[in-house]
Amino acid sequence: MTTTPAIEFVGVRKDYLSHGESVPAVRSLDLAIAQGEFFSLLGPSGCGKTTTMRMVAGFEDPSAGTVFLAGRDVTGVAPNKRDVNMVFQSYALFPHLTVLQNVSFGLERKKVGKDEIRRRVGAMLEIVSLTGMEKRHPREMSGGQQQRVALARALVNEPRALLLDEPLGALDLKLRQQMQVELKRIQREVGITFVYVTHDQGEALTMSDRIAVMNAGLIEQLGTPREIYEKPSTRFVAGFIGTSNLIDGTVGHLDGDVAVLEPAPGERVLVPVRDGIRPGGTLEISVRPEKIDLHRNAPATTGTSLLSGVVTEVVYHGTSTNYTVATSAGADFTVFDQNASNAEDLASRGERVFLTWAPQHSYPIGV
Amino acid sequence: MTRNRVLHAYTWILISWLVLPILVMIAFGFNDPRGRYNQTWQGFTLKWYGQLFAVPDLTDALIASLVVAVLSSLIAAVLGTGIGYALGRYRFRGAGVTNLIMFAAISSPELVMGASLLGFFVSMGVAPGGITLTIAHVMFSISFVATVVRARVVSLDRSIEEAAADLGATAWTTFWKVTFPILLPAVFSGLLLAFALSIDDFVITNFTAGNVQTFPLWIWGSTRVGLPPQVNVMGTLIFAVGVLIAVIVNLRSRRSKA
Repeated sequence: MTTTPAIEFVGVRKDYLSHGESVPAVRSLDLAIAQGEFFSLLGPSGCGKTTTMRMVAGFEDPSAGTVFLAGRDVTGVAPNKRDVNMVFQSYALFPHLTVLQNVSFGLERKKVGKDEIRRRVGAMLEIVSLTGMEKRHPREMSGGQQQRVALARALVNEPRALLLDEPLGALDLKLRQQMQVELKRIQREVGITFVYVTHDQGEALTMSDRIAVMNAGLIEQLGTPREIYEKPSTRFVAGFIGTSNLIDGTVGHLDGDVAVLEPAPGERVLVPVRDGIRPGGTLEISVRPEKIDLHRNAPATTGTSLLSGVVTEVVYHGTSTNYTVATSAGADFTVFDQNASNAEDLASRGERVFLTWAPQHSYPIGV
Repeated sequence: MTRNRVLHAYTWILISWLVLPILVMIAFGFNDPRGRYNQTWQGFTLKWYGQLFAVPDLTDALIASLVVAVLSSLIAAVLGTGIGYALGRYRFRGAGVTNLIMFAAISSPELVMGASLLGFFVSMGVAPGGITLTIAHVMFSISFVATVVRARVVSLDRSIEEAAADLGATAWTTFWKVTFPILLPAVFSGLLLAFALSIDDFVITNFTAGNVQTFPLWIWGSTRVGLPPQVNVMGTLIFAVGVLIAVIVNLRSRRSKA
């Protein structure tokens, strides 16, 4: 194992010319992706994630900055001279070639011997479970199978990194979930760095070792799925990843290692104290819906946050019930209540309820 | 029900309208006329098929037509593919003008084009003949090839070529291994179109052929003295080949879509 990152961006910017005006797609990017990592670029459309990936592949040149592949400066190097391969959103299979010919294409370009090609292609088709389909044409295959061909065609070259551009976007939900597990397995098996571009936060959370959440050409937050989900560092991340309840407030006083906010008389929000939190300061707090307990009677606990509100919506989901509660502390609160065996009484619309959660589940944003 | 019947009748009238002249042409290739004029039915014979090449001038004219058609459609296919690819794939200075000129070449009256081509060749000091004829045919068929190819290029997923580059192919290899094979059906239909336009062109040919006699020119010259039935036989054979190619192309594309 080497410590050189598989992919590194140093001070990268990318502007596009649109109607004579320069529009930034990527504003400023400094990022290192480690060898063997499953790395996701996550963000809404137009956030610069695809441009970032295309700069690794060589289809776009940065307006400023440097891109390194395994320590080698590849800025300005043509796509066919780069040791990375891409899985395109549309798969971009060669329609006139069979599966075998599609997958052999890259190795043939590298002048690999015939026997070696046959061996490697055979092994790769086995990994993606397409053995026996060598003679088929792409049009004779299902979307999921075409997806695997695209994957095999790229992976068989044993690239420094595999770039995947929303590869599951065209598949239906069932197949997409199946392919997520499959992709993760394949990545473990071949040990190649995967860079995965997606706007689907569920996909990114499920598969990635690390995620870069991008917005408007910048990385908003970089971290493991758990860090990103539980400790969103910006309001954007809190809103984009999963569902967040956001509370804006002023710190009232400190009580030991928790800061106390009092949005209304008899209500409190407890936040673990950390640098930058002091009495009188304003604070923005994110609370995940599944961390909140919903009570129909005022609870006696004192060590938790406590808000009261009125139920405005109840949606039964089988494994959980989702409530929308209008509170005084912020906008509507979303609460996911597990339908455990003892929770037989559901609160109904219009009912006054009480919300509690432990202090560590109040996550202050940007502190 | 009555509307249905009207539609049926209409359809059959339309089909007869299209097919009848061709049937007449085919039928009179089997006629056994006594005089010079092959205009009234006088009896069935197969002898004209046996004596297909018995009129030397007609045979020469057919050969000239075939040579010009093959040459000009091949040249037009090569050049037209280049133009069609460039117009479909890239945005460049002059693309608009090129599109306009192509449209003009397709839509301008043949008579005008033929006359101006003749004027052009004469003022350049080039004597009309086989070469000017071929140039003229390339000129009017190139736009058709380019238009057909451009349509295919526009519908071609750009990332297929990117995928080839991504897998290590140079621009040259990408074109010959990926782009061209995908465009081949369009190039082939462009080529057939160019061939068909060339082999029966009369107006522009009349201006630019000089002393070369093509099949249509020879027929035009002979109508006054009476057309030999071999003309019908040759027409029938050209038609049969055309139908055969159309059927093959249709079957192939149907199979590749299945």
